Amino acid sequence: MTEQDTMATPDAARDTSLEAALQSALARRAAPRRPGAISNATMFGWRALLKIKHVPEQLFDVVITPVMFTVMFTYLFGGALAGSTVDYLQFLLPGILAQTVIFTTIYTGVTLNTDISKGIYDRFKSMPIWAPSPLVGAMLGDFLRYTGSSVIVVLIGLLMGFRPEAGLSGVIWSMMLLNLFAFGIGWIFTTLGLLMRTPGTVMTISWIVLMPLTFASNVFVDPATMPGWLQSVVNANPVSHLVTAIRALMAGTANLGLLVKSLLMPAAITVIFAPLAMVLYHRPR
Amino acid sequence: MALPLAIETHQLLKKFGTNRAVDGVDLSIPQGMVYGVLGPNGAGKTTTLRMLATLLRPDGGEAHVLGHDVAREPARVRERISLTGQFASVDEDLTGLENLRLLAGLLGFRRREGRQRAEELLTAFSLTEAQNQQVKYYSGGMRRRLDIAASILVTPDLLFLDEPTTGLDPRSRNQVWDIVRALVAGGTTVLLTTQYLEEADRLAERIAVIDRGRVIAEGTSAELKASVGTSVLHLSVLSPDQREQAAGVLKDRLGVPAFREADPTALTVQLDDTARAPLALHALTEAGIPLRSFSLGQPSLDEVFMALTGRPAESDEPEKEVVV
Repeated sequence: MTEQDTMATPDAARDTSLEAALQSALARRAAPRRPGAISNATMFGWRALLKIKHVPEQLFDVVITPVMFTVMFTYLFGGALAGSTVDYLQFLLPGILAQTVIFTTIYTGVTLNTDISKGIYDRFKSMPIWAPSPLVGAMLGDFLRYTGSSVIVVLIGLLMGFRPEAGLSGVIWSMMLLNLFAFGIGWIFTTLGLLMRTPGTVMTISWIVLMPLTFASNVFVDPATMPGWLQSVVNANPVSHLVTAIRALMAGTANLGLLVKSLLMPAAITVIFAPLAMVLYHRPR
Repeated sequence: MALPLAIETHQLLKKFGTNRAVDGVDLSIPQGMVYGVLGPNGAGKTTTLRMLATLLRPDGGEAHVLGHDVAREPARVRERISLTGQFASVDEDLTGLENLRLLAGLLGFRRREGRQRAEELLTAFSLTEAQNQQVKYYSGGMRRRLDIAASILVTPDLLFLDEPTTGLDPRSRNQVWDIVRALVAGGTTVLLTTQYLEEADRLAERIAVIDRGRVIAEGTSAELKASVGTSVLHLSVLSPDQREQAAGVLKDRLGVPAFREADPTALTVQLDDTARAPLALHALTEAGIPLRSFSLGQPSLDEVFMALTGRPAESDEPEKEVVV
């Protein structure tokens, strides 16, 4: 009897303090003011950063791919295409920069596809928040990836002898343009990420779209040597417009027309694919 | 003025292909109580709850949550509800604290307030020690508690809990029950789905039994049991050797078979008339079979479910619930 009593006391005491904590935690019913769309999207951007913090392995591709591409293409093709690797690098680097960032957009789709099947999206969808914010926020997080991979490409380029005439400001403007471009075309991969069943399929289809898009462009060679029909394809390719604009930014010869031209396609993609992505997002899975 | 009902549905319908997962559900749930939706896997519980939480659009019928139509005013509904899904609705890659701070930020808490509120809840739910660990390393019970904490950053008027204790050990289950009771004491209405009859019995003020997309019974636990119209005599003989003999005596005298429980001394007899119980006890005394204990009670919800559907509740064929 006495043993039971002594056993019961600490337990009961703990329960009471816990209960008091619970009661006081539950007593707070007042909701803060509803935040705006930007605040919601920023929180999802923060979530993307936290994910990178906890799972840094996912940045592996972002670091390795650009190093590999820059080094490989410069030394493989440089001598043959431009007479010297340094001359070729001057031409190639803006292109490789664009290609690297464009390839990085694939991860937007792949990551979303893995993420969205998890229970937490049920919570997001049942919360009083700006509906597109989880998607927009995830893409904000991608800005870090894009910027990261472009910084790496530029650094490798500088080490190998790339010298932008416009200096640091040319590089910074280029990165801003790239981020905008990537945000726009990212909606395609967000849509694919929502449409496909597995991350593997998202990856495969993304490559099928991106390989011709980046290679049939002016990234690697001047289209002047190509057959006429291919020239018209290359000149219509939005990637070519982007690369032309970056070359101009790096050389300090850019004008507003070039920038606008390079952003037309991403803008059109956003207009078409962002609403489509929202429909798919709200579709029962 | 009377409060609007927490939930009111009329002929709610959801089809997946040709399968009518929810086939005309009528519910009328007042505010301020725990309401249990009980049924086996695949009965349509989760689908019903997802429609009420604005995650799925009904294919027919109507549903009002706290006076707002779920199809026409989903945003108004979302402002006042919270959902804890069947599969943990927290982010496994983030820590417990990060999860709560993220959700607090989404709800409009400022940085410092959000952190304070998160820490307050982590303390109340005994998760302080694990707050900086990634959720993937949490035990089932910790994950559930975090999940519920995430649902009450702003204490909602209506909380949906989808099978909150499935897979939990008894201690964690009791903790979850305590939290639910405290929430209701604070004025929140809780709608919980469960396949555990005991849970509905212990926690819910009223219960709807759902089977194959339809409500097949509704009422308090006692009403449901009374509607089956039998009472149950539980007996325990002193010596296991005498159980068979006792079963024979009971069958002779009462004309109904005695069910042999897993406990080798225990027998259960269903009686359609309580007055027959003394007869049974008298017969056993006459036959010289001493009893350790006996009790006369209402049937368990298991037996209720059996009586309503003609099959046991938990050993159902593995019907596939459409997870959407």
